[in-house]
Amino acid sequence: MKMTLFAASVCALVAGMASAQTDITVGLQLEPPNLDPTGGASQAIDSVLYSNVFEGLTRFQGDGSVVPGLAESWDISEDGTVYTFHLHDGVVFHDGTSMDAEDVKFSLDRARAEDSTNAQKGLFAGITDVTVVDPLTVKVTLDGPNGSFLFNMAWGDAVIVAPESIETIASNPVGTGAFVFTDWVQGDRLELTRNDSYWGTKAALEKATFRFISDPTAAFAAVMAEDVDVFSGFPAPENLPQFEADPRFQVLVGNTEGETILSTNNKMPPFDNVLVREAVAHAIDRQSVIDGAMYGLGTPIGTHFAPHNPDYVDLLANSQYDPEKSKALLAQAGLADGFTTTLKLPPPSYARRGGEIIASQLRAVGIDAQITNLEWAQWIEEVFKAKDFGLSIVSHTEPMDIGVYANPDYYFQYDNPEFQALMEELNTTTEPAARSALFAKAQTILSEDYVNGYLFELAIATIAKAGVQGLWANQPTAAIDLTAVSWAE
Amino acid sequence: MHPKPAGLGTRLPKILSNAPKGHLYAVYTRNSPMIRYTCGRLSSLIISLIVASLVIFLVIEVIPGDPASFMLGINARADTLAALRTEMGLDQPMYIRYFHWVAGMLQWEFGTSWTYKTPVSELINDRIWVSLPLAIYALILSTLIAFPSGIYAASRRGRAGDVTVIGATQLGVALPNFWFAMILVLIFAIKLRWFSAGGFAGWDNPLLAIKSLTLPAIALALPQAAILARVMRSSLLDMLGEDFIRTARAKGLTRRQALWRHAVRNALIPVLTIIGLQFSFLLAGGIIIEQVFFLPGLGRLIFQSISARDLIVVESVVMLLVFTVIVVNFAVDLAYAAVDPRLRSRT
Repeated sequence: MKMTLFAASVCALVAGMASAQTDITVGLQLEPPNLDPTGGASQAIDSVLYSNVFEGLTRFQGDGSVVPGLAESWDISEDGTVYTFHLHDGVVFHDGTSMDAEDVKFSLDRARAEDSTNAQKGLFAGITDVTVVDPLTVKVTLDGPNGSFLFNMAWGDAVIVAPESIETIASNPVGTGAFVFTDWVQGDRLELTRNDSYWGTKAALEKATFRFISDPTAAFAAVMAEDVDVFSGFPAPENLPQFEADPRFQVLVGNTEGETILSTNNKMPPFDNVLVREAVAHAIDRQSVIDGAMYGLGTPIGTHFAPHNPDYVDLLANSQYDPEKSKALLAQAGLADGFTTTLKLPPPSYARRGGEIIASQLRAVGIDAQITNLEWAQWIEEVFKAKDFGLSIVSHTEPMDIGVYANPDYYFQYDNPEFQALMEELNTTTEPAARSALFAKAQTILSEDYVNGYLFELAIATIAKAGVQGLWANQPTAAIDLTAVSWAE
Repeated sequence: MHPKPAGLGTRLPKILSNAPKGHLYAVYTRNSPMIRYTCGRLSSLIISLIVASLVIFLVIEVIPGDPASFMLGINARADTLAALRTEMGLDQPMYIRYFHWVAGMLQWEFGTSWTYKTPVSELINDRIWVSLPLAIYALILSTLIAFPSGIYAASRRGRAGDVTVIGATQLGVALPNFWFAMILVLIFAIKLRWFSAGGFAGWDNPLLAIKSLTLPAIALALPQAAILARVMRSSLLDMLGEDFIRTARAKGLTRRQALWRHAVRNALIPVLTIIGLQFSFLLAGGIIIEQVFFLPGLGRLIFQSISARDLIVVESVVMLLVFTVIVVNFAVDLAYAAVDPRLRSRT
């Protein structure tokens, strides 16, 4: 292994002299805890491995659209419950075993099994049966039509893995992608090399190194010293103007699927009163939160939906910044003197910085939000599970996650039968125009019920050296897809 | 743990200088008090380790936050969480988990990290080759800086040179090491481009490895050197007031000759005590420096494991560090006893 790596780097060096650079070093903040995208919620696993090492039946593109992946095509039965996937021929895993229908069956059955530790097990909930028709055809039966099934299969949690390599997947991931995993020095870096027997278009890069730099100051230094060629999800937005002014670098600002919301405990008085929730919505000046906490990066939202999605409805007018109206609503709710509540903040800077600003805006209308800073593990325990909170600030980064509002046990405890019925209907609707109408209705209900304070859509900044091309600016899913990345000559 | 009597370090030189020449030999011929003393120390070492293991285990177990929920995130279903908890052994009662942990450690088996899914011993093994060389490197640097400046200051007591050293060390003690670290990065990595801003090159190429540890070692060493230089200076000044120095001066040595021939060697003992303490600090305490230079060391491992609630890693690494400190203290206690008979008779 060491020898081949050495040989590869010598080749890279020689090649580098002749033509454009063929290796890249990518910095990112979070290190994957392990390398099994089907066994953990950490986004960092997908950031490094999605599309590069692992592929699913379908896949996300940089613009968020879903295209065929390992399945080159599919047929959907008349009633929308049976999907027959036709797999690409000649796909092999990095260990040389072939990828066929048995592997697809294995992967889907493993994800939905009783002892599955898949963090998004819900994606597979509707599957009742997976049948191998022939080595290149697999039939998936659902318990009812599901309009987002192909979308679900594009997630990092639904990638195709092989039974031969599953035991060691957490430390030695074996996929079908355009890059082969070669080395991981825990706490420092992870290395991929080009898969020269890749079934699709081969990658332009021969080698990719991911480095994990959690401290924002260190991230800044690493980019400035050109230790890294790309920093994905640059953590210090205040430094962006400096990079923009420097001809050595390019700054890509893209959108994510992260709806950043002032989560509100709908069962805890006084937030069980819609007037109070509306008062909170009018007390918040979204743009000043974006400017103050994110240095201007982010798009204001008025409901729980990504603004770049074609089905997005602009409902900002419902939550217009209007402190006087806010005070009037509080008075109407019998809280003219205001009230005291908790604001529990997880570690990301959008929450910590945003929390300070929102607390001061709430104080202006008489709401005393007392800030507690929590670590993620504590946040999950106290806020998410025990629901012991009044307000919190979280970015919900899963794509198309409006469905969580149909779960009355979800931590903000919104219980609206009308909305739940709407989601049922959406799940069984596959016709695009009808789905759009249902999405619009769902967004409107959430906005008018002021379930949470809708703040902004999280943006992501990537800093790259000027010659790097083909990077995703947007993050439709957590991924640093390097398959189309190259250096300009 | 046995806190050493506070005055021990500074008292030792006098004892040493007054001790008859044949004294060290006597320790080994009349060895029964030494054995009794060693057994006493050994049993308290074992008790310390047991107490430490209990405290570490309990403190870490009561930190709020469920490791399984952290790993699976907020969309995890209850059955998935239960499956993972069983896999991690979290469904067993606490005392059983404690005994498993202790029994494992006695066989040098630290278990498997929950998040990394690799054996903890492997994780420690990888990280120690960053933290240990870094600590040694920083210690060498700080000694190289501290000794000359401490001796220089003491030899020029009250004069401009002394005042300069005192001023510089005061600054060195007051300024935090991460600030030094950032300044070093700004100058040597971003402006001059002599070093990379961080990261560890690996020991495949020892020169590159040492190069990547240089800035962090300097940042760690400067504040330590400041402390050490002050101790060196004051310990030397203490020595210079001693009878044996006066005798040396009376025999015709100049102040400087007496300092170099007699005072420096004796003044080293409290300094070595401080170096011993600093080493334990440098080994585990470089967390912030490891963050600033994104080095994959033990400190960063502990930090990452705490926020990921990878309890098994935190418990084992902390226990290992405590073990190191307790054993080093034990060795120091024995060494002191070897040279000071009064310590032996006290137990």
